Amino acid sequence: MKQKTFFGGVHPADCKHYSAAKAIEVCPLPEQLIIPLSQHIGAAAQEIVSVGDRVFKGQTIAKATAFVSVPIHASTSGLVVAIEPRPHSSGKFLPAIVIEADGEDRWDPSLEGLDVALWNSDELRQRIQDAGIVGMGGATFPTHVKLSPPDDKPIDTLIINGVECESYLTADHRMMVEHSEKIIDGIDILRRVLGVKRAIVGIESNKPDAIDCMTKAAETHDITVQALEVKYPQGAEKQLIDAVLKREVPSGGLPMDIGVVVQNVSTVAAVSDAIRLGRPLVERVITISGPAVVDAKNLLVRIGTPMQYLVEQCGGTHYELDKIIMGGPMMGQSQLSLAAPAIRGTSGILLFGHQDLPHIELTTCIRCGRCVTACPLHLLPATIASYAILGMFDEAEKYFAHDCMECGCCTFQCPANRPLVQNLRYAKAGILAKQRRS
Amino acid sequence: MLSAVLGLGLIGLVAAIALGWASKKFAVEVDARELAVNGVLPGVNCGACGYAGCSGYAAAVAKGEAAINLCPPGGSKVVADIAHIMGVEEQAAEAQIAVVLCQGDQSKATQKYIYTGMSDCNAANNIADGPKQCQGGCLGLGSCVTACPFDAIEITADGLAVISRERCTGCGKCISVCPRSVIRMTPASATVHVLCNSHDKGAVVRKYCEIGCIGCNICKKTVPDAFKIDQFLAEVDYAHADDAAAAIDKCPKNCILDFNNAYPDGSQMKPVSMAPTAPAATRAGKDLH
Repeated sequence: MKQKTFFGGVHPADCKHYSAAKAIEVCPLPEQLIIPLSQHIGAAAQEIVSVGDRVFKGQTIAKATAFVSVPIHASTSGLVVAIEPRPHSSGKFLPAIVIEADGEDRWDPSLEGLDVALWNSDELRQRIQDAGIVGMGGATFPTHVKLSPPDDKPIDTLIINGVECESYLTADHRMMVEHSEKIIDGIDILRRVLGVKRAIVGIESNKPDAIDCMTKAAETHDITVQALEVKYPQGAEKQLIDAVLKREVPSGGLPMDIGVVVQNVSTVAAVSDAIRLGRPLVERVITISGPAVVDAKNLLVRIGTPMQYLVEQCGGTHYELDKIIMGGPMMGQSQLSLAAPAIRGTSGILLFGHQDLPHIELTTCIRCGRCVTACPLHLLPATIASYAILGMFDEAEKYFAHDCMECGCCTFQCPANRPLVQNLRYAKAGILAKQRRS
Repeated sequence: MLSAVLGLGLIGLVAAIALGWASKKFAVEVDARELAVNGVLPGVNCGACGYAGCSGYAAAVAKGEAAINLCPPGGSKVVADIAHIMGVEEQAAEAQIAVVLCQGDQSKATQKYIYTGMSDCNAANNIADGPKQCQGGCLGLGSCVTACPFDAIEITADGLAVISRERCTGCGKCISVCPRSVIRMTPASATVHVLCNSHDKGAVVRKYCEIGCIGCNICKKTVPDAFKIDQFLAEVDYAHADDAAAAIDKCPKNCILDFNNAYPDGSQMKPVSMAPTAPAATRAGKDLH
């Protein structure tokens, strides 16, 4: 039988064999944790501790500054030694709180779990914001915002994203295999917050063990587990809704416009921890993989652990690194060095040497239309790219350049190796600048 | 045959009479001065005057809404011509020239990463603040070259923008597109410039650029009036720049240059009158001399 999937997309080699069978290991405590104040989409958090303060694990060290913002917590107990700009995964120096670990790793004694049955959805939502929970698939959009649909937009379905369509990454896969009960518990909490009954877990069929585990755990909870065809970018919110429900989010709209909320499996597990145990989001599972790393692993990492330390935990590298990617190979961010710390949105760290990379040359567009076939958003990437290069942002807007989610399918398919995603990103920046001016 | 010729001839005659009558009857009054002003303007529609093209500026001048010295590409000759047409007094503006305040091409300044994307400085600058370690340095991807209506800017083989002093008209288009603000408008009479745009401390600059200003103050000590130091970066004080050339040999980093005698390394924009260090060549597709 043909499996469910979405329109467009591509099939990159999945390369998950490096780490798919490796159980999650707890990463040892580094001497210093660098915790950036900007780890999510929205306003950066504002620090509420000062240099010299002693903090507990889980203590709030920076507060949310807007509705679309979340607080930041200490990921271990220790001493605040600096609050200053430090290397960030964006390639810039951004303000961060540096904590020297005292080695005891003591949780804040004031953190307590809740009895879900006694609390209403507003209180639970507040707790989710206070715990600093953001979308852990990589986009880091604050979860409580997604859980606060306006009254005129009723939600009928909660979709849980266990797709993990990016190559190499296996963090969500291992979460589903090893922590399926916790994920199901989190789904129950979110159903209560949203007041919906219908919940569907979407998982790509290249993870049969995860599908088995989740199906077993979901049996008594009235939750459907849906196997999906293997295709990138199925893990993108709008594409997952298309695959599971065959509903389309309108241009410029959000999933809540068509009655759907999508949450990643790791996020759901974090919600369960935040509510049942009172523990904020201070650690996450990260896949350290790629051909250059000696021993690929899935590590449970404290937020703020420097990438250099994580690579050392995996036995270092075989040869000199030529490319470091934080996140997946399609949408991840290239890193300048291993100096930046792992943050809440870090799903993986991928390491490559010179010989592992394609060394491509840019040629001219032959109008083959492969980018058009691949684009899951029905855009015309080559046309928009041409407008971007010419600086014609009005025309790019007419072709809906601002709808592009930068999944990279067009660039992946382009036989001329054109940097289409960068062109589209440039067009989007140009359109935004134009709107700000007017 | 004959009837066809006569028929067409008749139609032609009638149409000609009708058109002739209509052109007299519905003629639009055009200010003759507007046409004359438009005639003396350079016609490149660069927009430096603030109007949408030369004809827009000509109309504004004819109506007396715009000053007559707003056309930098035209220079003093156009000001004189417009003054003559409009019958007003000449009010010359001092000619300005754009200068790229950087000499750190790829052979002299270090890169943070290897950039392979689209050839546009603004796009590159969006990725981790651009590939160049120096936050003020020229990225050399040619956004200014695309913007220049006068073909006055080149990118050297090592990736540095250089502006021809002969071709630049001071329209300022390059300045508005540069993400690093490394291009500055300077008086055309000033030929000595400190070609650096980095406000970092000397020790930091030394690490990433071999020709960057380290803020050592030697130029200011040599000619106190002609230089000012702002946050570890020397700058020529163009109001008193007469003796600035005396500091050129004193600068330990060689970042002061007199465009009368030299152009940045690798430049083909160097005037032919200057002794060439390399055989004069033309850039692909463009005849630069």
